[in-house]
Amino acid sequence: MEQLSTLWQPVLSWMNGNDIFTPNTFEMYWSGLVNTVHLVFVSLVIGLIIAVPLAIARGSSNLWIRKPVWFFTYLFRGTPLLIQLYLAYYGFAFIPGIQDTWLWFFLEDPIYPALLAFTLNTAAYTTEIFHGAIQSTPRGEIEAARAYGMNRFTMLRRIVLPSAFRRALPAYGNEVIFMLHASAIAFVVSITDLTGAAYYIYARFYAPFAAFLFVAVLYMALSFSIQGLFKYLEKRLLGHLKPQS
Amino acid sequence: MADTSIPLEINHLHKSFNGNPVLNGLSLKAQKGDVITLIGASGSGKSTFLRCMNLLEMPDQGELIVHGEAIGFKVDRKGQRQPEDWKQVERIRARLSMVFQNFNLWPHMTLIENVMAAPVHVLKMPKAQAREKGMALLKRVGLSERASYFPTQMSGGQQQRGAIARALAMDPEVMLFDEPTSALDPELVGDVLHVMHELADEGRTMIVVTHEMDFARDVSNHVMFLHQGLIEEQGAPGDILTSPRSERLQQFLAPRY
Repeated sequence: MEQLSTLWQPVLSWMNGNDIFTPNTFEMYWSGLVNTVHLVFVSLVIGLIIAVPLAIARGSSNLWIRKPVWFFTYLFRGTPLLIQLYLAYYGFAFIPGIQDTWLWFFLEDPIYPALLAFTLNTAAYTTEIFHGAIQSTPRGEIEAARAYGMNRFTMLRRIVLPSAFRRALPAYGNEVIFMLHASAIAFVVSITDLTGAAYYIYARFYAPFAAFLFVAVLYMALSFSIQGLFKYLEKRLLGHLKPQS
Repeated sequence: MADTSIPLEINHLHKSFNGNPVLNGLSLKAQKGDVITLIGASGSGKSTFLRCMNLLEMPDQGELIVHGEAIGFKVDRKGQRQPEDWKQVERIRARLSMVFQNFNLWPHMTLIENVMAAPVHVLKMPKAQAREKGMALLKRVGLSERASYFPTQMSGGQQQRGAIARALAMDPEVMLFDEPTSALDPELVGDVLHVMHELADEGRTMIVVTHEMDFARDVSNHVMFLHQGLIEEQGAPGDILTSPRSERLQQFLAPRY
């Protein structure tokens, strides 16, 4: 115990002696972390839920179902997320009369336009990832399902989707990490996410390196935990694709 | 009048791919317990013929009757022949099991899950019952200790025996085999043929596309030799394999080295 406190002593005295890493700034970083995780998590979950039916529709043989989905993904993958964020944040305000409706309650707060832009963006990318995985389902798996009398829905639910989701997992893991990093632009619409917190502390103390290096480390820690999660999932769900010695 | 005692009857089947005729009016009648082998050079149409039987390929013309129930067809707006009622096709497919050249087990499921999938999701059999039945079938084909393995963790011969167990789980009225041993290493062929031999002995109706002449001779009771989408010669294996009449079959059966 004695030893431990002597070890901690320099750290504590250093913390007391500097302006940048204080309980106050840590609180800012903490709320930034909470905001980032909240924003990314909610948009990923909703985006994922939207992407599954869209990915199925994207491969439909019906032109009127396929084309609108294609257009949606084309639009959101063809423009920068920052522009989408700006449009969602500033754009709604210009809709005549919207400020008098209940919708304004949501749109006034930057978090909702940001969630909207992030959700639609990740939904577009995820749709394409899943669509690719569905399209690359080996023919034999589908033929076997048909030969055993499965109807389209059963085949989709029991054979095509489980098989495709597993194959899409590595690419989707990338998308999740991309999304985490892309969320760093949320601070431009005055959301205090991690980057926002760092920016504030940088501006307040003019200490760019301390502030940005520190959030870089936090982002890295988040990325590694996401990677770890996906590695675990891949090991559990993709073990069957590994060639055995 | 339709005879309900005949498991499978096919009349005058035609099929072409992009204008190239592949099947030119083939007929087949499988009585209960028949083991019919389809032989012929590659490109003779034997696999296509088999795949038309459960409508994995859509025949352009011809009649398909399963236990007296004829499959209805219509022509869609693009001029393509389609089944009148996909539900009927699904129902009939569930009564004809297919075993594929490349096994086509579903790779994300374990072996027992593969065997249970169609009974549970198509026939709506309770899971516990399907599992019990599946385990018994895996035991039959000598794979009980592989039940929780994924297909990639098994040899080709094991996968194919697993695929046969999957086919048996449907209690099929006719089993369709599409070159079941062609993708196997020579030393694994025997196990699969052994299982098929047993199935024939217990009186299952089977239609087998194969290059295994020994199997055709020893196990089947009817051999059809296809050439250019037509039945060139057919009959009991003892007759047509030992004394082929047509020149083409003589050539086909002649030793190659």
